[in-house]
Amino acid sequence: MSKMTITEKILARAGGKASVKPGDLVNAKIDMIMCHDVTTPPAISMLKEHGIDKVFDREKIAVTPDHFQPAKDIKSAELHKRLDTWAREKDITYYYPIGKAGVCHALLPEQGHIRPGEVIIGGDSHTCTYGAFGAFSTGIGSTDLAAAIATGVLWFKIPASMKFVLNGKLRPGVYSKDVILEVIRRIGTDGALYRAMEFVGPALKTMSMEARMTITNMAIEAGGKNGIIGFDDITKDYLSGRLKGKTEYTVFESDADAEYFSTDEIDCSRLEPMVAFPHLPSNGKTIGECAGLAMDQSYIGSCTNGRIEDLRVAAQILKGREVAIRTIVVPATPVIWKQAMDEGLFDVFYAAGCVVSAPTCGACLGGFMGILAEGEKCVSTTNRNFVGRMGHPKSEVYLASPATAAASAVEGKLADPRKYI
Amino acid sequence: MAKAHVYKRDHVNTDEIIPARYLNTDDTAELAKHCMEDLDGGFVKKCRPGDIIVCGDDFGCGSSREHAVWSIQGAKVGAVIAHSFARIFYRNCINCGFYPIEMPDAVNKINDGDELEIDYKNGTINNKTQKKTLKFNALPDFALAIVHDGGLLEHIKNQK
Repeated sequence: MSKMTITEKILARAGGKASVKPGDLVNAKIDMIMCHDVTTPPAISMLKEHGIDKVFDREKIAVTPDHFQPAKDIKSAELHKRLDTWAREKDITYYYPIGKAGVCHALLPEQGHIRPGEVIIGGDSHTCTYGAFGAFSTGIGSTDLAAAIATGVLWFKIPASMKFVLNGKLRPGVYSKDVILEVIRRIGTDGALYRAMEFVGPALKTMSMEARMTITNMAIEAGGKNGIIGFDDITKDYLSGRLKGKTEYTVFESDADAEYFSTDEIDCSRLEPMVAFPHLPSNGKTIGECAGLAMDQSYIGSCTNGRIEDLRVAAQILKGREVAIRTIVVPATPVIWKQAMDEGLFDVFYAAGCVVSAPTCGACLGGFMGILAEGEKCVSTTNRNFVGRMGHPKSEVYLASPATAAASAVEGKLADPRKYI
Repeated sequence: MAKAHVYKRDHVNTDEIIPARYLNTDDTAELAKHCMEDLDGGFVKKCRPGDIIVCGDDFGCGSSREHAVWSIQGAKVGAVIAHSFARIFYRNCINCGFYPIEMPDAVNKINDGDELEIDYKNGTINNKTQKKTLKFNALPDFALAIVHDGGLLEHIKNQK
């Protein structure tokens, strides 16, 4: 049998093949489907229009409203109503309505729906996040979603894999967000188009699952089909006692002599805090190159950096200080929200003059809860800085880590977090 | 008469094609009103049924929102020609029965306002203004079958 990467092995298994190579097509069995309030309601309507009433497996679907939740206006309330009616009618096992709802890519792993070795799809481009667990995971549109909900199968072309070796160890004040912004700066927003991005190397051993998810989350920002990180003890510990439903899983790893499209090495010990300038995630600069640029808003949240670890880092910097600009903190799930409250982080945010919101994708995609006016600049822990992404087409988004966003909030301008740590 | 609207840009993303502020609906007619709004606010007004968008690399990068394809279809755009397409957008086009035309160097071979005629069968574009025939990369057979059926769900239905 020919040698394979982890991505190839997972897709071969799901497609019922002994072996696959890049370019092959497989009809892969889907193990989990993520559904949210923007792309799922149209999928439900399509199924109805085509007279397809079937859900392939109600235990393999997780549903949460997140983009516009709580509903921001009448139209989004209608989307939520369609999602809610369907989820209840089909008796979807893992439905997270408001109160339990959270930003999907933080919620599903936290709630134990992501297993290594599985094939996971979702109607959202950042579904690639789940690859941090050694799973194949990718985003799709509403039609694919409809087909998958009905049949549990989707076709995939096997992607070639690019290997990113993360060497060394991050210095204090530098985080996994800085790593992925550096990777995207190097290869560009289509540097991994149609391909798998596999992350390996010693630096990962010092990164939590939360930190790893920040890396795989942004694989799509380099055009990648999926991002993937192999299973280890850190993965195992995170999953222990957390998985819902099936608790067993299969671990795959890349063969030592598997073939890669390319191999890049990143010395993490030399990395500095990074800021991606408008209007592409690949416009990365080191903080040394850009500190001092005045901002109007700081946004700490999203599926990239709205997890407890991120809020702790931000609080560490904001403690005993006051923000100089509007600062919005968005815990990504209710569990994270409660944890942040219990740990006293809300007291820190309150005293610093931040506003804390309910879990939502909110302003990350320009939905609500922190929209930018014409000409405004926002330093944000999110994943995209496209034109108009967080509001007015003439507003600007600067992507950074929670530490950089917090330090910048204190100074009212792009700031190096290392002086506060 | 299909006219080309050429944007010499790479990475035209889904936020530019249909900004997220309009994603609170999936009504095609509504989405069509805002097609390409953050790239060119005047696009919908000047686009006539059948007109063609021409762009550089990585067209449709970003979000998985199929709303981007629906807004383009709703605005009655006849085709999108790009040097290359982002993966999810490309797949969404096929699933919606909309043929994504991949043609290297398109923005240098087609000028804004050129009159074009697409021959899907032979994989060629007749640039009537410049009196030149251009070749494009044909879709693989399995994807072509989905486009011919009018989209993935129709294709699945036809197979049963």
